[in-house]
Parts: sequence; structure tokens; C-alpha cells
Amino acid sequence: MTAKTRPIPAPRIDPELVAYWEAARQGRLLIKQCQACSEFHFYPRALCPFCFSDRTEWREASGSGTIYSFSVMRRVPIPYALAYVTLAEGPTVMTNIVGRDLDAIRIGQKVRVVFEASESGQPVPVFTPA
Amino acid sequence: MARAASACIAGAFEHPTRKADDKSLAQLHAEVAKGALDDAGLGKNDVDGYFCAGDVAGWETRGTGPFSIIDYMGLKLRYLDTTESWGSSYLVHVAHAAQAIVAGRCKVALITLAGRPRAEGLATGTAPAAHSSTAAEAPFELPYGPTVVGLYAMCAMRHMHEYGTTGEQLAWIKVAASHHAQYNEHAMLREVVTVEDVVNSPMISDPLHRLDCCVISDGGGALVVVAPEIAKSLKRPLVQVRGFGYAPKHQMGGRIDLTYSGAVWSGPAAFAEAGVGPADIKYASIYDSFTITVLITLEDLGFCAKGQGGRFVADGNLISGVGGLPINTDGGGLCNNHPSNRGGMTKVIEAVRQLRGEAHPAVQVKNCDLALAHGTGGALGTRHGSATLILARG
Repeated sequence: MTAKTRPIPAPRIDPELVAYWEAARQGRLLIKQCQACSEFHFYPRALCPFCFSDRTEWREASGSGTIYSFSVMRRVPIPYALAYVTLAEGPTVMTNIVGRDLDAIRIGQKVRVVFEASESGQPVPVFTPA
Repeated sequence: MARAASACIAGAFEHPTRKADDKSLAQLHAEVAKGALDDAGLGKNDVDGYFCAGDVAGWETRGTGPFSIIDYMGLKLRYLDTTESWGSSYLVHVAHAAQAIVAGRCKVALITLAGRPRAEGLATGTAPAAHSSTAAEAPFELPYGPTVVGLYAMCAMRHMHEYGTTGEQLAWIKVAASHHAQYNEHAMLREVVTVEDVVNSPMISDPLHRLDCCVISDGGGALVVVAPEIAKSLKRPLVQVRGFGYAPKHQMGGRIDLTYSGAVWSGPAAFAEAGVGPADIKYASIYDSFTITVLITLEDLGFCAKGQGGRFVADGNLISGVGGLPINTDGGGLCNNHPSNRGGMTKVIEAVRQLRGEAHPAVQVKNCDLALAHGTGGALGTRHGSATLILARG
């Protein structure tokens, strides 16, 4: 059984993140890479959290990842899977796992990004079995 | 803090209420303050330093909260510290008070905590985690429903995956708490439970069951930290502040590892300052918002190797008089009290009882001359502040 859809609270759109949410509307997941130290980071920042360079640039992520951890919230009106997914590029991101029997989710499973509309209509990235 | 080590905890008080429908938040703060001062044998007008965190009434108005509660209690101060580290704030306050005393900024420091989440009907664990919508990370987390229990559950899930930790092993932490709580007349949950009771209780957020979660309670507590010359003039046993360590841990730009906490940094710092090690500790108060919080913290503090926490906590090893490391002998947050959803205060209070020899006789640790108290404020699965205190009988 696929989980019923939980209403997704709309994200706040910060000025430094307009490009991220624009890309999400086009079905693309952006992450940031630092031009000074080459490291990817998440969530995206104007200043690199590793070297503090302000030369951080958007990169389109492959959208592939692996479930690092998860938990199914059982005692709520519509159960859902809270998760951390490790992207192919390195960073681990908070998300939901959708489109799968909640009882079949496992750490280590390969997943890919899909986008679901939040309550404002703004799509947010979630992950589904690859 | 070698010189600050001479500051002493002279007063400690835990409010007996667990549901405070008939009391205001400011009243609870004042009642625990009075309780701790009475315990020390001091009066309100002896207080010249005050320490509080975000649980004081009016904090949400950005700044008047601390002044409001000082006004309510009629304190005349020359030192104020409002360090906010959520549930671990009160351990930080003890260390800051000791530092302020050594620096001559104050002589009698009062620390209070109070809250009434039950009276206010808060769905603490399964509601979205207390989270500022203005926080930088909010757009990348709030859409996904990060509940408090869910954030801790993901830590448990990962720990199980990497180290083979089981639900039954986690359950032993609750079993130990319940063994202790049966002797605490004020504890919310006094019934002794078994491993089977825990793993058969309803699943809240995989792999954490209802009985893996702490209680939600009203009430509070207070501490009085004093200069050594004042401590020696009082009639209470001396409890010295010997060591302290503090460290926040966060998501590190996406390099997330849920199998450890900030205690890997705060613990060694506290042990180094006190000049002792885990093997020297006779009693430990370990923040127990959830069973997994205890297991990961025990590993991080060095009571056992990383990954061995499941084996360490099993078979009653945490039960006073039974196992090798008695913890949370008041019943902890899991069974006794978790006022304002901030467990750090009660952690220090029970450590003080143990060092004074004033714990319940059934759970009092023999020759308890060195104790540790540890707080985890915030959420293990995202961002938190870990605070470790080493206390000694003087």
C-alpha cells in the first residue's frame, strides 16, 4: 500500500535561495559547491560552511541517493517516512520517502529525487525508490 | 576552571508537582527558587546572581522574560546570565555560575527552570519539532515533518543498522528507570516495566515505542551555587563543581553522522578538567529524552566503546545496586519528570542527592563521592548542545 499524501508545509523562500526553488519548479535539484575548496554542502548557503569562501555556486545534483536513515511516523493522521538521504555528490539531506509501502523502506536503498507540491504549490524535493 | 572547581552547589529542589493547572509559570519559577534557597539555608535577599533560559515566562517577547521573572521574584542582582541551550541549559548555568563566583561577579547564584506543557496540552513528541520558522534551515526541514521523536528515532535506526543494537537493548534503559521510579513518590510513572512491556508498547516512530519516550510533565527545579566560604558556613554537605565541558553538534554542512552526539567533545573536556575518567564515576545522570539518547551518550562519554552501548545497558547494568553504572536513580525523564521538556535541571538535582547521600535509600549509591551529569539540549538528529558536569562530594 502506498501512503496517502500528507499535506506538505510550504517552504519559506529566502532571497539567497530563489534559484533553488526556481529549479525545483522545473524538476531539478540544486546543491551548492564551493569554488575555493571544491566541497559540496547542504542546505545551500551563500558562504561555504567548510572554508567560509563566498564563492559558492549552484550545481545540478544527479538526483540519485541512498537512504542513510529514516523513521515512519506512526501516531499521526497520515503516517509518513521522515528520512535522511545521502546524495551521490556527498551531502546528506533531510527529506521524505514517498511512493513505497512504508514498511518496505530500508537503510541503504537506492532512491531518486521527485518533486511534490507543498501547500503553496511550490514543489519540494522528496525521494522514491530508484 | 580549576579555580572555579571550588564553587559548590549548596541548594537543590525539584518541584513535587507534575501537573500544574492551578499555578502560573512565574509562580512555578518562584516556588522552585524558594525551595532551593530553603534547602541551602539561604534567603532570597542573599541571591546576587541569577541564571535562566528560554523557559521563563515572557521569553518569546525577546528579552523581557529574564527581567520579568527577576521583577516577579523581587531579586536585587549584580549578575545575570540567560544562556539558552534548551534542555542542557541548566548544566551550563552551573558551570557559568561557578566561573562568575570565582571571578568575583557574584557569591550566591540562583538557577531556575519551570514549565507547564501538560497544563497547556502540548503534543510535544509527535508535533513538528519546536523550530523557529526564521531559522536558516527551516525551508529544508519543516516541509518534511521533523517531529522530535522522529529526529531521535532516525538516530536509533542508524545505530541499529551500524552496530546491531536492538529494541530489547534500548528497552533495558526504560526498565532501569522504572526500577528506580518505583521508590520516587513524585514520579509520574512508578510501575516497574519489563523489556517485553517496552517493545510491545505502541510504535510511535520506528524503532521507538511509546515506552522509549520520556514523560511530559509540569513543574521545575532550582539550584543554588555559592562561593566556597559561604558553602562552608551552611549546614549542607558540600557538592563541588569539578569539571565542565560543552559542545554543540550540528549537520556539518551535510556530513551527517547520527551515531554520535556532542558528548564526544563535552565529555573528554569535563573529564580532563576534573582530572578523572569514566571509570571513576560512581553515579551518572544521563539525559533521557528517549532511550536512544542515553545509549549514544554513554558511548560518547566513554563508559563503553562506540557501538557497544546496547550490550552495556542490557541486563540491568544501569540499575542501582544491580549493575555497574547506576544512572537516573530518580526515575529520570523516562519515568519521573521532564519539566518544560527540558531535562537538564533534574539531572543535576539527582546527582546532588546522590553526592549528599540523600537519594532514596533503595537507590542510594554507596560511597558516592564522584558523579557526572549530562544534558542534551535540542535534537540529537539535527542540532543540539551537549553539556557534561563532573561533581564531587567535598
